[in-house]
Amino acid sequence: MTMTTERSGTTSRQNPKSTIKVRRLARNKKLLAGLIIGGAIVLFGVFGPLLTQDPALVNDIGLTPPSADHWLGTTQTGQDVLAQLAYGTRGSLAVGAIVGVLTLILSTFFGVVGAYAGGWFDEMFSLFTNVMLVIPGLPLVIVISSYVPDKNIWLVSIVLAITSWAGSARVLRGYTLSLRDRDYVLAARVAGEKRRRILAVEILPNLIPLLASQVVFAVIFAILGEAGLSYLGLGASGSFTWGTMLYYAQNGLALRLGAWWWFVPPGLMLALFGAALSLINFSIDEIINPKLRNQTRAARKGWRMSREQLSKAKEATL
Amino acid sequence: MRYLLRKFGFYLVALWAALTVNFFVPRLMPGDPVLILLAKLGQRGPVTPEMRASVEALLGAESGEPLWHQYLDYLGNLAHGDLGVSVTFFPAPVSSIIGQTLPWTIGLIGLATIISFLAGVGLGTVAGWKRGSWLDNLIPVTTMFQSVPYFWLALILLFAFGSVWPLFPLNGGYDVYNVTPGWNGPFIGSVLYYGALPAITIVLSSVGGWMLGMRNMMVSTLSEDYMVTAEAKGLRPGRMMRRYAARNAILPSVSGFAISLGFVVSGSIVTEAVFSYPGIGSALLQAVSGNDYALMQGIFLVITLSVLAANLLVDLLYSIIDPRTRSRA
Repeated sequence: MTMTTERSGTTSRQNPKSTIKVRRLARNKKLLAGLIIGGAIVLFGVFGPLLTQDPALVNDIGLTPPSADHWLGTTQTGQDVLAQLAYGTRGSLAVGAIVGVLTLILSTFFGVVGAYAGGWFDEMFSLFTNVMLVIPGLPLVIVISSYVPDKNIWLVSIVLAITSWAGSARVLRGYTLSLRDRDYVLAARVAGEKRRRILAVEILPNLIPLLASQVVFAVIFAILGEAGLSYLGLGASGSFTWGTMLYYAQNGLALRLGAWWWFVPPGLMLALFGAALSLINFSIDEIINPKLRNQTRAARKGWRMSREQLSKAKEATL
Repeated sequence: MRYLLRKFGFYLVALWAALTVNFFVPRLMPGDPVLILLAKLGQRGPVTPEMRASVEALLGAESGEPLWHQYLDYLGNLAHGDLGVSVTFFPAPVSSIIGQTLPWTIGLIGLATIISFLAGVGLGTVAGWKRGSWLDNLIPVTTMFQSVPYFWLALILLFAFGSVWPLFPLNGGYDVYNVTPGWNGPFIGSVLYYGALPAITIVLSSVGGWMLGMRNMMVSTLSEDYMVTAEAKGLRPGRMMRRYAARNAILPSVSGFAISLGFVVSGSIVTEAVFSYPGIGSALLQAVSGNDYALMQGIFLVITLSVLAANLLVDLLYSIIDPRTRSRA
């Protein structure tokens, strides 16, 4: 922090705008915390499985509390909880990533393209989006997945994506509608740019922060949805995710037997990852909507206002 | 009036879409669902001709009847309220099982959601009004609760207050041994006691979202010109907060309420599973584990219908509190 502020004194003359941006990002503790927690969990999911033992390896030491050999204890069949957690993290993150990408594609197509095209095309897309929005997702996922006996992670992710893109599409549509009629878009049209180029070059870049926050939402939703589905015993068969860990913990009576080391870690990972992504989303929101940003107490402190000025500013906002 | 017609039209389309999805999902699945289902049912006990007929009517038999004919039959049956016969609770009709379980869910989820919405909007109003106060700083904590999955929070609360400190019962909807269902004091007390922990779970994990949304809208509203005018006129702060800022800031929350109902229902299915609550979510899971497709489809329809109806209600309410929607349409 101090480094950036010191350096800004010398570099601000050459490139004031980008330096301010960097300083703002560094000062944004929410974003930093979110990135650190989220990044740590992603690293654990990527590299954890390489370092731990086989998660399905059965042992004769059932339901032991954490020890030096098994850092997070064992399940009732003696499987290492830490190894399961590593593979589970990988599985859950994979679901989140697949659904994130699919939601991005679907919601951009139905939200942005529809709104830009306008006319009856837009009406149909909007109607379709709204219908998908009011049909409750998880019951539909439960019904669909109960018809398919053998599911892999891809199938579960695709079903989750199909039932969850509509909210994002609606948000994107609203924003695209307001962008479509801005002066610079009209100017581009008058200048004879092709419609496809206007969409890709003039409109989409302005949507990037919004797209990012929608994708983050979709990832949270997907990971939670998959966990719920797996917890009910309807998830991908033969795979490890945070949800399947909780499912086996519930079936192994971990709760009644007080085996907290079995059911607390996966839920805690879910909560931490969800919180990290929400923090990232808050800071994206603050970037999109400056009204949320410039008057918080932390920001006012950052302007090096004196105590009196701070209390005056507080009065002014009351 | 045009606004209302448009809305009704939309919900009719949505209803039709839900019915159609319900009809086509089993028919689009690989393999012959009738044979698969009959094979599964055969493992559990003898399959009577009535059960076979019920399954065939539901999933489309190999009788060579064209698909559109099956579709019309299906719509006709639904119009008469005939959802078929449950296999798990054979020979009870699906509609009677739904009738038994739906009040539990509506009572629990409905009340918990309304409490959560009111508390969240109220707290969010104050937090946005007094920005930077301790309440405002509390918001990240409540959103942390929101990213915790419903069922895990339920598991932890159940572990803490059911097993470690036994304050609340571990499962069920009421005390099955000591009270008789009906409109009597002990039964109602028992229902409230058994419903407390599930309701707390739902409120805890959903209040943060309302609070954050309301707080952010308050912040945006406070910088509007009419707020400055109101202050210049010398209005009391309480009046400005409630009648000027909150009334405008609540609009997105109200429309968000409709959208979130679907999520609430989804979360509650899993919550019911944790608490073995005798609601419609538990019935859905029983149907899934028993391959009871008639019950499953019936429950999906009822859940969808409830969500659609709630959405319609919210839309009507919205047109009352925001006159602009009526004039714009």
